[in-house]
Amino acid sequence: MRDKADYARKGIARGRSVVVLQYEHGILFVAPNPSRALHKISEIYDRIGFAAVGRYNEFEALRLGGIRYADINGYTYDRSDVTARGLANLYAQNLGQIFTESIKSFEVEVVVAEVGDTPETDAIYRLTFDGSVFDEHGMAVMGGQAEAVTTRLKEHYREGMTLAQALEAALAALTEPGGERPPVGQLEVAVLDRNREHRKFQRLVGSRLETLLAEAAAGRAAQAPPAESESAPGAVSAPESGAGPATGPEGDIDTGSGG
Amino acid sequence: MASHRDLPAGMVNHIFTNTGNSSFTEFVGSYAPELLPGRNDNLAAPVGDQIAHATTIVAATCAGGVVMAGDRRATSGNIIAQREIEKVFRTDDHSCMGIAGAASTGIEMARLYRVELEHYEKMEGRTLSVAGKANRLATMIRGNLAMAMQGLVVVPLFAAYDPDIDGGRIFSYDVGGGPYEQFHHHAIGSGSIFARGSLKKLYREGASPEDTVMALIQSLYDAADDDSATGGPDVTRRIWPVVATITADGFRRLPDDEVAEYVQATVAGRMTNPDGPVAPLR
Repeated sequence: MRDKADYARKGIARGRSVVVLQYEHGILFVAPNPSRALHKISEIYDRIGFAAVGRYNEFEALRLGGIRYADINGYTYDRSDVTARGLANLYAQNLGQIFTESIKSFEVEVVVAEVGDTPETDAIYRLTFDGSVFDEHGMAVMGGQAEAVTTRLKEHYREGMTLAQALEAALAALTEPGGERPPVGQLEVAVLDRNREHRKFQRLVGSRLETLLAEAAAGRAAQAPPAESESAPGAVSAPESGAGPATGPEGDIDTGSGG
Repeated sequence: MASHRDLPAGMVNHIFTNTGNSSFTEFVGSYAPELLPGRNDNLAAPVGDQIAHATTIVAATCAGGVVMAGDRRATSGNIIAQREIEKVFRTDDHSCMGIAGAASTGIEMARLYRVELEHYEKMEGRTLSVAGKANRLATMIRGNLAMAMQGLVVVPLFAAYDPDIDGGRIFSYDVGGGPYEQFHHHAIGSGSIFARGSLKKLYREGASPEDTVMALIQSLYDAADDDSATGGPDVTRRIWPVVATITADGFRRLPDDEVAEYVQATVAGRMTNPDGPVAPLR
């Protein structure tokens, strides 16, 4: 069992990190991704987005299964009856079963996020390879050097950031100190925007992303003179940024059914 | 152990293992076939006039897109079953469909069709071509043929913005399927012959979306004038036709206030000229 877990952890740490965080109008997904065909971020349903790290074929199977689950439930009942919580439970069951019963566990980590009518009703669930569910508050980081990225993201994260500010925070977290930021062509960015009609998920590409990046850079330049080295934005730090991972580990899992 | 690799999610049936195509309908057909419309094809007797029927839908292309409008009446025989039924549905960001015939089956079909288009888009990461969407709907209509023979006839009208021609396209169907591409304008339902006659005279090729909306409202008025199953604008209850425009910017259902202006202009014009605008003779 331990071998399996180590194997999965190594596989996940090999790739690059993916960041999911709240902003004033919804939830932002940012992933450095040189491929424009193989997505790490995707739409599942009207209000639900999906992000993953690890082995592509494995999380792609989860993604497709999630879309089938959401579509069939929305069609059977009503579109508003499809929730991220239900989907997270489905993934947890599936990942847990694979971890305990298969020779090789999945080398994936997944975020399922749902945007609500208000920031308080937003939900971000992070699932690990063994089927544990973490109910994250405000932000989630997975894959690559997750701990270092989390630390940097906490420094920059505030509640109620604008989209440009949130993107800036995500990029700052994804970039090692003194490192170079990934170019526009190698960024996969998407939002769940609560102000959109019908389907909230939207990919930010092309000129829209460039404009946003320029706006984010301008914000950074404006903030630089006071005291960037002392990490000025950290002054108003999020209340969640108290201790380690946002929610307790294995012990207290929100799995609703079964568990 | 190999069996778990084949079926990692044993407890959730085929959700994780269906590796067929990206069609939602086909997935439902294997996963939960009872959910599909038109599967109980052994009615004791044809339903005929006992269930609600939706009536007139009109559509016309305009500069850079297409406009669709439908009246709000559903009838069961001589009874008005509903005054404010909605028969024009957004199916994705750049397409819509209107239904005529058995309202219940039509609404269900529109719901399934919307999921079908979105499902493909999410699975494949691209939207279907307009022709692909139109063909898909034809298959669905054909699947309902047995029910149609029992009186549950549904005939849709499909309209979409096609980025390849930067304009709108309209497809019609019959109970056997289709699609039949229609150019410029088309109408379906009980009032369609009157609406089509009216549109012939009022349609202007390449007109603005606003002018095209006006032409469609006029044609619906003409249909309601001569067909008892088509509802005219209900000024006392303020119930207006459903009007949707689809352009490069996407699907947009006109808000009631906006439709009210078109309707009031139409009604005001008919006060002095009950037969509506006159087309030039030469």
